Amino acid sequence: MSEQFLVVKPGSYSTIQDLGRYGYQDLGVPVSGALDQFAARAANLLLGNPESAAVLECTVIGPTLAVLRDAELAVTGAALDVKLNTTNLPIWSRFRVQAGDLLHLRQAKKGCRTYLAVPGGFDVPMVMNSRSTCVAGGFGGLHGRPLQKGDFLPAPEMPVSAAPEIILSPDLIPEFGTQGLQLKVVPGPQDKLFSKGGLETFFHSEYVISPKANRMGYRLEGPVVERDPDAEQSIISEASLPGNVQVPADGQPIILLVEQTVGGYTKIATVISSDLPKIAQALPGQKVRFQPVSLKEAHEALEEQERHMQRIKDFLTESNN
Amino acid sequence: MGHGIYPEPRFRSVGDRALLVEYGEGIDPECNRKVRTMASLCQSQDIPGVIEVVPAYRSFQLIFDPFAADPASLEASIRSLEARLDAVEAPPSRIVKIPVCYGDEFGPDLAYVAEHNALNLDEVIDLHSQAEYLIYMLGFTPGFPFLGGLDKRLHTPRRETPRSEVPKGSVAIANGQTGIYPLSSPGGWQLIGRTPLTLFQPQKDQPISYNPGDRLVFTPISKEEYLLIEKEGGS
Repeated sequence: MSEQFLVVKPGSYSTIQDLGRYGYQDLGVPVSGALDQFAARAANLLLGNPESAAVLECTVIGPTLAVLRDAELAVTGAALDVKLNTTNLPIWSRFRVQAGDLLHLRQAKKGCRTYLAVPGGFDVPMVMNSRSTCVAGGFGGLHGRPLQKGDFLPAPEMPVSAAPEIILSPDLIPEFGTQGLQLKVVPGPQDKLFSKGGLETFFHSEYVISPKANRMGYRLEGPVVERDPDAEQSIISEASLPGNVQVPADGQPIILLVEQTVGGYTKIATVISSDLPKIAQALPGQKVRFQPVSLKEAHEALEEQERHMQRIKDFLTESNN
Repeated sequence: MGHGIYPEPRFRSVGDRALLVEYGEGIDPECNRKVRTMASLCQSQDIPGVIEVVPAYRSFQLIFDPFAADPASLEASIRSLEARLDAVEAPPSRIVKIPVCYGDEFGPDLAYVAEHNALNLDEVIDLHSQAEYLIYMLGFTPGFPFLGGLDKRLHTPRRETPRSEVPKGSVAIANGQTGIYPLSSPGGWQLIGRTPLTLFQPQKDQPISYNPGDRLVFTPISKEEYLLIEKEGGS
């Protein structure tokens, strides 16, 4: 193991994440992990890493990194302005860097989160079976916090491959709109505690993502979702799941994400797994609508997403040969 | 026998990759024991496709791989485990002692809790440290215990304005609940004391020294004892 980068500028919120920490939620330890798992997996695939290798998740404004040794890198996710020294680089690509280079991951133009992968994955310690950063708990990733200026980022030393530089073909790159977002949700687990009118409001209104949007959850603003007047305002605390849409007493929905394990508010619906990357890439000010789907439709959408991932794998196999 | 325990568990799908299994309506030790027993049975069974089992007050959530399991098959697995429930022992319940220095800078709201309940400071400390508190569940932050058993004479509403940072180890009261903050975090509970123990140790095999189902007992210590335990690393 040795240092791959020195952090020159940390960016707005850059953390090391893998695909999450499972097995400790009964102790209140959240799953954490990359918010856009599709992009994180693709970044690893571009380098031939295991899909679960630890990557750097950058939020809106990425870091500037001084390259300390030659390597191949991959960047996926939000359409971010990437510069190697003064040269623009495409996103969803793999490229070589040399010791002494400066890699600038600048402002996202479309989307919110960008992923940087290194060969073998960032080599931070495993804590409770994962390398993901849990900032609230102060553990995992690099010292349990977002990057700071002067940090060194460790990665395994690997021979630099002679494989060609690659950009995914445009039809393989997911689209992140700056416009309205349509999220598929499975109603429940507590949709029955809302009035008929409340459900109608929720499924037929447009909500705006508020500035209170982070890895814990996205708060939305819009028409008040009314509950059944006879039903309890809050429920006895129970396990939560990333994608749960919780409605507290003020009737303004919150999409829960990956940094909590329990909740005490009613959940009107749950965003399907294959749409979680869309939330990860959504920015405050963007509009959201919720579309109810069946479990069967949710599975079909997930299968379609995995077929998309398979097409990326096939493309890379062809390009590498 | 507990109140409001369902004769049969109720199942609720959560999105496309979780199933909530509910055992009753309210906060009830008997219902919670059933939840914990079934949750640990599920954890030990390696049910195909199950990634994690997360127990709470009256329900547990199974998180599963949607390519390897579905709610209907999991419901069937749980029903067949149910049939064996009578032959299964609940996970052992241990008593875990938590040393607490009450009042002064460690418990800035102790006087408020006393005043609110027309007690003197020592009475609050005695009532709080004489009870055994059942850990119903952990959550909110790593290791935060949701405890039952707070004496009615200590019930005190939350602070009107939450503190932006509650120091780690703080022992607190909010309405009918008492708890400990294992990590520094914002919070609106009334702080009555603090433990010098480091409750959450992420590097350890057992990151938290208590589990749901255990009982916590708070043992009053002096400021000198507090500083001594803290100096020794809080373990």
